[in-house]
Amino acid sequence: MNFDFFFSNLPELTITGLAFGAIYALIALGYTMVYGVLQLINFAHSEVFMYGTFATLWVVMALGAADADGVQLIAILIAALLAAMALSALIALALERVAYRPLIKRDAPRLIALISAIGASFVLAELMGLRDRIAGWLHLDDNLSEYVRKAKINNSMAGAIEKPRFEVAGVSISSIDVIVIVAAIGMMILLDQFVRRSRLGKGIRATAQDPETAALMGVNPTRTIQYTFLIGGLMAGVAAFLYMLKLDATNYQVGFLLGVKAFTAAVLGGIGNLRGALLGGLVLGVAENWGQALIGSQWRDVIAFVLLVLILLVRPTGLLGESLGKARA
Amino acid sequence: MTACGTTKEDGKGGGSDAACDLKLAFFGPETGDAAGLGKPIIQGAKLAVDQYNADADCKVELVKYDSQGSPDAAPGLARDVVGDESIIGVVGPAFSGESAAAGPIFADVGVPTITPSATNPTLADNGWDTFHRALGNDATQGPAAARYIKDTLKAASVFVIDDASEYGAGLAGIVEKDLGDAVKGTDTIQQKQTDFSATVTKVTSAKPDAVFFGGYYAEATLLIGQLRDGGWDGTFVVADGVKDPAFLDAKDAAEGTIITCPCIPDTDPAVAQFAKDYEAAFGEAPGTYAAESYDAANIFLDGIGDGIDNREDMLKFVNDYDEKGITKQLKFDDKGEPADVHVYAYTVKDGAIVPEGEIK
Repeated sequence: MNFDFFFSNLPELTITGLAFGAIYALIALGYTMVYGVLQLINFAHSEVFMYGTFATLWVVMALGAADADGVQLIAILIAALLAAMALSALIALALERVAYRPLIKRDAPRLIALISAIGASFVLAELMGLRDRIAGWLHLDDNLSEYVRKAKINNSMAGAIEKPRFEVAGVSISSIDVIVIVAAIGMMILLDQFVRRSRLGKGIRATAQDPETAALMGVNPTRTIQYTFLIGGLMAGVAAFLYMLKLDATNYQVGFLLGVKAFTAAVLGGIGNLRGALLGGLVLGVAENWGQALIGSQWRDVIAFVLLVLILLVRPTGLLGESLGKARA
Repeated sequence: MTACGTTKEDGKGGGSDAACDLKLAFFGPETGDAAGLGKPIIQGAKLAVDQYNADADCKVELVKYDSQGSPDAAPGLARDVVGDESIIGVVGPAFSGESAAAGPIFADVGVPTITPSATNPTLADNGWDTFHRALGNDATQGPAAARYIKDTLKAASVFVIDDASEYGAGLAGIVEKDLGDAVKGTDTIQQKQTDFSATVTKVTSAKPDAVFFGGYYAEATLLIGQLRDGGWDGTFVVADGVKDPAFLDAKDAAEGTIITCPCIPDTDPAVAQFAKDYEAAFGEAPGTYAAESYDAANIFLDGIGDGIDNREDMLKFVNDYDEKGITKQLKFDDKGEPADVHVYAYTVKDGAIVPEGEIK
């Protein structure tokens, strides 16, 4: 155990951990909301996120962020954020329409929906992985080679965005980490207020509590489920944008591990609980970083899952342990 | 038309006594995360086979077995290979991990393999008489990298990172041992990892002159980007697993990176003709290990040209082989290691990987 290193770098380790944890938290929202409403784990949500990373990458490349600065760069980044949110939301809605609604209509067992989700996840990931072939069939390969080339490896927008660092009390901090943390927490607060106060949010909570009674009271369940997927998709889009801002590169398999971690974060905080997702994500991100510093980076995933097991042993419902329906979220 | 008879002198073309209906197998990644490293190897072997077929009565077929570079997929594929009696030799397996997994199966049945790229030294210590290597292993590459860091870079402090793979961890271990006291810290990452915050903090707090990374380009590209973002400005030293154009995706962060490789530069006069033919065939300059793969395939093709039509004779032929290839004198010791070994240094300059010369 390397305590010297751990304590002398604690602030930096915490901040980078929080930044990645914030991304986990935003993805975790998608898992937690769908679970709250449908009692169903949407395993294809990781691919919703993955498509968002590509939307960000393509917009940044297409609009030439590498040569832009100042207002122009900010405009490009906003466009990239909107594109990521739009594509992720679109994929999430398509998922609901294709992989879930037909099953829910037929009152299929939950297990079937789970298998359907895993299948949809593979289809979405492999479609992105095969985009070079698909572009080839459409005879677009020559025109779009920058966007479809090297389909199976990291696609990168490195160098497009400057990442200045600054010092606070002797601790070197990346401005990107600060942006990621602030943006993610800001989005969570907005969403939390939205679900708590708006008509739609009340509908979502009512459906989560008791779908039949909610339907009797005039809440359209199909519409509510759709909106739940939409919100999850939008949040995954924001997460994807922030992820790209921080790491620059993505590939078609990037969703898998992040999805598992975000799901872990959701369970850690209490699945079905919005604030739980935030807390779970941040705790997971920081714990991973601290653990890596103390034991070694190769233990990252072990640390994450041991933490999950330990917390579930003590609190089987997660840290905050309530469901979406029980209204405080 | 070419005359009949053996054409052993130039190693090309099947004479009248050349064997028929034979196949060579490529074993390695055609798709997957490391597909970029597989492509030049496939094309190098393909060029050799195409040149042989151009004036041969009996064509040799090159069959591709796509392992995606994964040790998990390797044993199943290896069984497919040994099951096809017409496959007389294997160019590959391309990576060290899959070589370790597939090696026992090839050795059991007696299918001769010549890898143009797997560099883990312990592969030769398994007593597989079918194993051959057409390039220097990490027991020569590692010390060469260490010498470069000590003598050329004159780095007083080095941080060593590996990716826990058969190849990366093995190589990093050798470099770490050779550098001795200059190593200020080590860390291990995982393949497919994307966020290296903790590792970056470890490096920036140790402030080393150089970082050595043993692993493949997929992680190296992300790692150097994050190290530079983290404010570290020393020299990044990597090995052959990173020598792929995809590493240049790191853009400015990649500049100045030193890449060691037991692969001959395509500007070397010895491979000039090969480089020209390769470019004519595939429309690009030969990538990493294309020339080594070409040499490996040509050893088998020489044997086929001599009329060898079974694995047993081919194995004996390869074990006794002693001819000049384009990359080196091709001769294997009793463990399958090449007798003649060179390691070269490359550097990333103005967005291209350029040769710096041999590491003596």
